Amino acid sequence: MSIGSTPLRFRVTIDPDRCMNCGRCIENCSYGVYRKEGDSIRINSRNCVACHRCLAFCPRDAIEIEEKPGDYRSHPVWTREIREAVFNQAKTGRIISGGMGNALPWPIIFDRLVLDACQVTNPSIDPLREPMELRTYIGKKPSSLSIRERPGKDVELLTKLTPNLQIETPIMIGHMSYGAISLPAQQAMARAVHRIGTFMGTGEGGLHQSLYPYQKNMIVQVASGRFGVDIDYLERGAAIEIKIGQGAKPGIGGHLPGEKVCADVACTRMIPEGSDAISPAPHHDIYSIEDLKQLVHGLKEATEWKKPVFVKIAAVHNTAAIAAGIARSGADAVVIDGFRGGTGSAPVVFRDHVGIPIEAAVASVDAKLRSQGIRNEVSIIASGGIRQSADVAKIICLGADAVYIGTSALVAMGCRVCGTCNRGMCAWGIATQKPELTKRLDPETNAVQVENLIHGWTLELGELMGAAGINSIESLRGNRDRLRGYMLDEGLLNVLDVKTVGA
Amino acid sequence: MCGIIGVIDRRRQCMDGTKIKEALASMDERGSGEGAGYVAYGIYPDYKDYYALHVFFDNIRENKAPLDNLLEKWGTIIHDEQIKTYEQPGLRKVHTPWRYFFRPDRGMMPKSTTPDEDIVTHIVMKVNSERNGALIFSSGKNLGVFKAAGWPEDVANFYRIQDYQGYLWLAHNRYPTNTAGWWGGAHPFNLLNWSVVHNGEITSYGTNRRYIESYGYKCTMYTDTEVVAYLVDLLVRKHGLSEKMAVRALAPPFWDEIDRMPAKEQELNRAIRLTYGPALMNGPFAICVANENSLVGFTDRIKLRPLVSGESGDRLFISSEEAAIRRIDPDVENITMPKAGEPVIGRVIA
Repeated sequence: MSIGSTPLRFRVTIDPDRCMNCGRCIENCSYGVYRKEGDSIRINSRNCVACHRCLAFCPRDAIEIEEKPGDYRSHPVWTREIREAVFNQAKTGRIISGGMGNALPWPIIFDRLVLDACQVTNPSIDPLREPMELRTYIGKKPSSLSIRERPGKDVELLTKLTPNLQIETPIMIGHMSYGAISLPAQQAMARAVHRIGTFMGTGEGGLHQSLYPYQKNMIVQVASGRFGVDIDYLERGAAIEIKIGQGAKPGIGGHLPGEKVCADVACTRMIPEGSDAISPAPHHDIYSIEDLKQLVHGLKEATEWKKPVFVKIAAVHNTAAIAAGIARSGADAVVIDGFRGGTGSAPVVFRDHVGIPIEAAVASVDAKLRSQGIRNEVSIIASGGIRQSADVAKIICLGADAVYIGTSALVAMGCRVCGTCNRGMCAWGIATQKPELTKRLDPETNAVQVENLIHGWTLELGELMGAAGINSIESLRGNRDRLRGYMLDEGLLNVLDVKTVGA
Repeated sequence: MCGIIGVIDRRRQCMDGTKIKEALASMDERGSGEGAGYVAYGIYPDYKDYYALHVFFDNIRENKAPLDNLLEKWGTIIHDEQIKTYEQPGLRKVHTPWRYFFRPDRGMMPKSTTPDEDIVTHIVMKVNSERNGALIFSSGKNLGVFKAAGWPEDVANFYRIQDYQGYLWLAHNRYPTNTAGWWGGAHPFNLLNWSVVHNGEITSYGTNRRYIESYGYKCTMYTDTEVVAYLVDLLVRKHGLSEKMAVRALAPPFWDEIDRMPAKEQELNRAIRLTYGPALMNGPFAICVANENSLVGFTDRIKLRPLVSGESGDRLFISSEEAAIRRIDPDVENITMPKAGEPVIGRVIA
C-alpha cells in the first residue's frame, strides 16, 4: 500500500464516566463503528460517516463525534477533499460517487437576498385576523377569458380551462424513488402531503401498492428508463412528470445498483430482482424538442387529457431558452432543478460542478417566458436547495409558482445530511433497502414530522406575505420589487432583476 | 393618504370645474401640496374625433420639434397650441403644458384590429420612456388631464379649470411618497380614454408591472398608479371584459368565498383568478377609473382605504370623503360605503 492511511474524517469517543454499556450504539450503527469486546465497547472511528444515529440514541449523551481530528498540512488550493479524491482515484481508477447535493462552498444567492416589509405608508396584514391566501394552481392558464354577459341571464364563461393541480400551500415534495429511498420513507411523505393538500413525486421507481390510497396526491414520473410505467401507473397519478434531467447530475442518467433491487423494488419498477436499473442519459425517444412535444401529447392522449404533464430539467446555462421550448410543447409545468438538488447517488464531479443555482435559473426562465408572452402556458416549479420558508418566499418573488423540497423532507425524518446515501446503509432507514434498517422508520411518526415542517413553513410564508402587505400568493409571484440584493454583483442583480439594498 | 373624488352625469350634462376644485380642496388634510390634478370628459366637442394629447415640455425650443416629427410620422396634427395657464404664487411652472389634436394614420399599423389606439399607445409609451423633455400625460378623445405639483386650488387656478365643461370629472389630492414634486407623478393617470385616480400603495406592483409589460405597455412614471390604467385598458379594451369583470379580476373574491359559490359561479371566479392572477392588485387602495362612458370606483379586497358613493339626480359621486361630495351637492342622497372589492359603477345613458 503505497498511499497508506489518510487522516480520520471523524473521531468517535465514548465518555466512560457517562457510558452505561447499554449497547444501543452498537445496535444502531449500520457502518460498523462499534463492537463489543468483553465488557467494553470498542470503536473504529474510520467507519464513521457522522450520521449521528448512535448519538441520537445514546441515553446518556456519552458519545462525541469530532470532525477532522487530524488534518493535512493546510493549503488553499490542495484542499483535503481534493487530495482525498486523488488518493481515491489513484487507488480505484473509477468515477467517484457521492450522495446528497452539491458539497462545494459556492456562495448561496438566497442568503444574499432580503425580503421587504411594510412601514407606515401601507399596513401590514395580520394572518391571524385577515385571510391569507397561499392556494396555488399548477398548470396551464389561458392568456385571456371570454365571458358573455347578457341582461337577466347568468354570466357565462366561454373559455374552457385545462386541468390544474390545486395546492393549499406552494410547497410540494419532489421525486425520490422507491429504490433511492425506502418504502416507509415514501409512505410517511405520502401521508403528510395527503393531509396537507399538496403533492409528492414518485420518482422513477413506479408506484408501490401501499401508496395507492394516496395516489390523488402523487405525481408519477416517466424518466428515461421508463421504470414502473404502464397505463395503470399513469392513470393513478394526479399529474405526470417527464424527467429529462436532475440538478445533482445534469446531462447524465441514473444507476440503481442491483443490490438495492429487492423483490419489492423489482416488482414496483417492473424489472428483474437484483438487476441494475440503468436510466440512460437521454430519453432515447427524445432527441429534440419536437420529440418532447410528442411524448407530452402521447401521455395526455393516454390519460384522456385529464392530467397535467410536467417536464423536469436540470438548471443549466441555457435553461431559459429550453424552458421556452418546453412551454410550447403543450406541457403544463416546467420543473427546474438547481445545482444544489439532492440525489441518492451521483458522480461527485457532476454533483459539485455542473449546472447553475436555482435562483438565477428561475429568474431567467420567468423573464424569458414573459418576454415571449407565454408565461401563462406553464407553471414554474423550483427545486434544488430550498432549505427554509424564506427560500420559498424568495424563489416565488423571483418567479416560481411553487417549490419541490427533497432534502428538507428527509431531514424532517431524521436524516443528518451525512451524504452517504449512495452506500445504501442509511442508519435512519431512509436511503436504504435493507429490511433491518427500513423498519426503523415508522411511517406515521415521520408523516407527522414532515407535515409539521410544511405546516410551519406555510405559517411563516403567510407571515412574511402579511408583513409585505400581500394577502394572496399571486401578488408575491414574480414580485422582485419586494427583494433586494445584499452584496450581489451587478451582473447577477441584472439577471435576478432585483435592486441592491438601499435602492 | 391622498384624497380622490369622481363624478359622472349619466345624461352627459356638463359641469364646470368650480365645484370639483372646492371639493378637492376640502380634502387638503389628505394631501401635502405636492401634487393635484383633474381630468374632465367632454371638454373638446369641436375636436371630439381626434386624440387630444396633453404634453409637458421641459422647454419648447429643444423638445417640441422631435415630438412634432414623431406625430407627423404616425399621422396628422390637426391643431396644436399651448394650454393656457395663469401664474400662481404657490406654484412654480417647471413645464410648458401643450395640447395636440391628433389623427393617427391607420395604415401604419396594418396588423392591428384597433390601429388608432395602438398607434397612440405606441407613441405615448415611446415618448414617455425615452424622456427627451416631453411627457404625454393625457391621450384620449374629448377629454383632458390637468395636473401639476401644488395644492388643488393652485393647480385648478393655474389651468383655470372652471373654464372647462365636462360631464365626468376625476380629481386627486396627493400626499406623495414615491416621486415628490414631479408633475408627471401627479394623478390622474391617463391612457387613451382611461383615467385613474388612486389613494394607496399597490404592494403587488412588481408583479402587475411585469405582467402588463409583457403585453407591450411600459411603466414610465415611477409610481404604482399608472399600472392600473394599463391593466384596465388590457382587460377591457383588448380582452373585452366588462368593467365589472375587470374589477373582479383586479380585486377578486377570496377562495373561501369562491368555494362556497354555486358551481357555475365558482367556475367563473376560479377561471378569473387563475387567468388574471398576475393582474390581482394587493395592498391598500381606493381607485376611481373612468372612460368616456363610465365611472368605476373600487377598493382593495380588505378595504384598507376609504371610499363612499352618493347620488343626486343623474349624478353619481365617488370619493374618499362624504364631506367632499357634500361640498358639490349638500343634498346628495344614497350615501353608501361599498364593500371591499365591490365596484360602484356609473354609466352614461345618453
